[in-house]
Amino acid sequence: MTKALSAAFAFGVVVLIVVTLAGQGPALTLVSRDGRRPVSLTVVGDQEFVALDDLAAAFQLTVREESGAVTVSYKNRTIVLTGEQPLASISGRLISLPARPMRSGSRWLVPVEFISRALATIYDTRLDLHRPSRLLIIGDIRVPRLTIRHEPLGNAARVTIDATPRTISAISQDGSRLTIRFDADALDVTPPAIQSQGIVAAVRVVDASTLAVDLGPRFGSFRATTETIETTTRLVIDFAATQTAAAGSPAPPPSTSSVPTPLPGPPPADLPALRQTPSPIGTIVLDPGHGGQETGATGPGGTLEKDLTLAVARRLKTAIETRLGIRVILTRDDDRSMAVDDRAAVANNNKAGLFLSLHANAAPRPTVTGTSIYVASFGDADLARAPLAADRVPVFGGGSRDMALVPWNIAQMRFLKQSAEVAGLLEGQLQEHLPQFTPQVSSAPFRVLVSTNMPALLIEMGYLSNPDQEATLAGGDFQNAFAQAVVETVTRFRELLAAPGGALP
Amino acid sequence: MRIGPAVVGGGLAVVAAILAWVLFVGLPNGTTRRAPPVRRTAAFPPGAVVAPGRKIKARLFYVADSGTKLTSVEQDVPYGEGTVEQARAILTAQLAPAALPFVSAVPAGTTLRALFVTPNGEAFVDFSHELTTAHPGGSLNELLTVYTIVHALTTNLPVVTAVQFLVDGKQIDTLAGHVDLRRPLVKNLSWVE
Repeated sequence: MTKALSAAFAFGVVVLIVVTLAGQGPALTLVSRDGRRPVSLTVVGDQEFVALDDLAAAFQLTVREESGAVTVSYKNRTIVLTGEQPLASISGRLISLPARPMRSGSRWLVPVEFISRALATIYDTRLDLHRPSRLLIIGDIRVPRLTIRHEPLGNAARVTIDATPRTISAISQDGSRLTIRFDADALDVTPPAIQSQGIVAAVRVVDASTLAVDLGPRFGSFRATTETIETTTRLVIDFAATQTAAAGSPAPPPSTSSVPTPLPGPPPADLPALRQTPSPIGTIVLDPGHGGQETGATGPGGTLEKDLTLAVARRLKTAIETRLGIRVILTRDDDRSMAVDDRAAVANNNKAGLFLSLHANAAPRPTVTGTSIYVASFGDADLARAPLAADRVPVFGGGSRDMALVPWNIAQMRFLKQSAEVAGLLEGQLQEHLPQFTPQVSSAPFRVLVSTNMPALLIEMGYLSNPDQEATLAGGDFQNAFAQAVVETVTRFRELLAAPGGALP
Repeated sequence: MRIGPAVVGGGLAVVAAILAWVLFVGLPNGTTRRAPPVRRTAAFPPGAVVAPGRKIKARLFYVADSGTKLTSVEQDVPYGEGTVEQARAILTAQLAPAALPFVSAVPAGTTLRALFVTPNGEAFVDFSHELTTAHPGGSLNELLTVYTIVHALTTNLPVVTAVQFLVDGKQIDTLAGHVDLRRPLVKNLSWVE
């Protein structure tokens, strides 16, 4: 009798919670070739529930309640649920659910994960649940996942949209709005919240396959480019402020002035630079030092420099691409020998905006520890050379044109100042994230640096010859902190380049 | 009549001895004088041109206690006649195993194959392959190795202004993947305490 009363009380509490806390705000969107259909969700705590009868109507299910158990049938296949346990039984096999099914009035509510964990296993057509965007994709239709980033850059802005898998898009301007249509049946996207600086006001979803970028009062022009990165199509839209708006710095907030105030003075230096070069750093080349037969330094515990540098480079590539949206190329992505000049060539041929060669050090004495950041150094004879001038060279088809011919072995010379800037930024970030590694900046005539035609550093992350540092370098904590320091260094360097007067030479 | 092997061997030895006397002693002295002296010293070590017993003071370079730089130590090295021979004597001493407590940044087993100095003061130094194959790696190790050699020559021989590294008679890119050795390296005191 007491048990029955307790159960009744508990049931009453659950019903009360559903009644009092449940909201009807969010909806799950069912997307199929026939179109889109919303199904309301009920939120209790952090858990989203969907009504079984809504699913029954959408998927031709039969729902029967008998002796406290609910049986969901599709053709000859069944799922059995109870309100007592967060489980579902499918042909005798138990599937866990994040919460117990519950009754709300006359309806049974099941956790939304019921669809992917249980219903998908008995249904004829593929069901693909996208939780973050609350999409349920029914069948094999094209629903690319979009990742959108907005970067305000003073008198310019950039919106980067990564579509995975690769998806073609078309962009057009309609007054104060850019429309981006994707060749897809639906979009899996959560538009970002944008802190507008007057150029880009908002990015929002217009319909199943279309996004809109709302333009602010400072908008002047835009340029869009696309590139393919493995399974992703990246759309980069660079926005420039109007000349009059760009002349004013800092930019007025759009909420306080609908008409930009023209200010005297020449056009800012960064505006034409941005139009010619969409991003100050479009590509970063990471060079995992050594490889193949050339193992580099070896720690007393057997750690090989070539393995460590490749592991860190891969981690860093992921961090930079996902957090900064900058394309990253590795000079090697496997264990193979590579000539030093070939490494510099990868950076030069890809027109990288930054080159980082990753190494681990070794010293004659095992007590030596620390991180060393190197920029290239040149002899007096090189430094005394006349400034590089454009030469007139013959071109195919006749005639000639001026072309800057840069000697391979001193290409780095004109980037020494910027390399030193990056080195200083990295030193500061490493002091913050890895203070025990006492980072120091030095210069040395390193072959891989002198031939690079962009800001370039060689980073000795630590000493493999020190047993403690050998163990630390191989660990995830160090590598994550190192990646964090590099990502923030790149962020700050990019801001420096984007600032007025900070354009590449 | 049979002639025994011992008799044949003895006869050959006598003939060889006479031939040797004719070639090296009996012929006119002008024959040996015409051979250039450098040929007699082509094989290393060049002891033949180093005045026996005479010494000079030279600064040799070893790893400092800090482990990150070089320190110089004054030692007696054999006197050599002229810049090239003196450079050989200094490098021979520098490449020799370091006496405790000193630690050398040059890989053990490295030997000097040849050396010459150009009129503009660039020393071309040809080392055995151990300089690269026995190198432990790491850019700091490599910098200390390179500047041990550079400073041993440029500090003790003011006429030498730069050092071009060769290994087994050939130009090399780097010792272990870092320092650019395509061109002669000059003194860099930032690597010396």
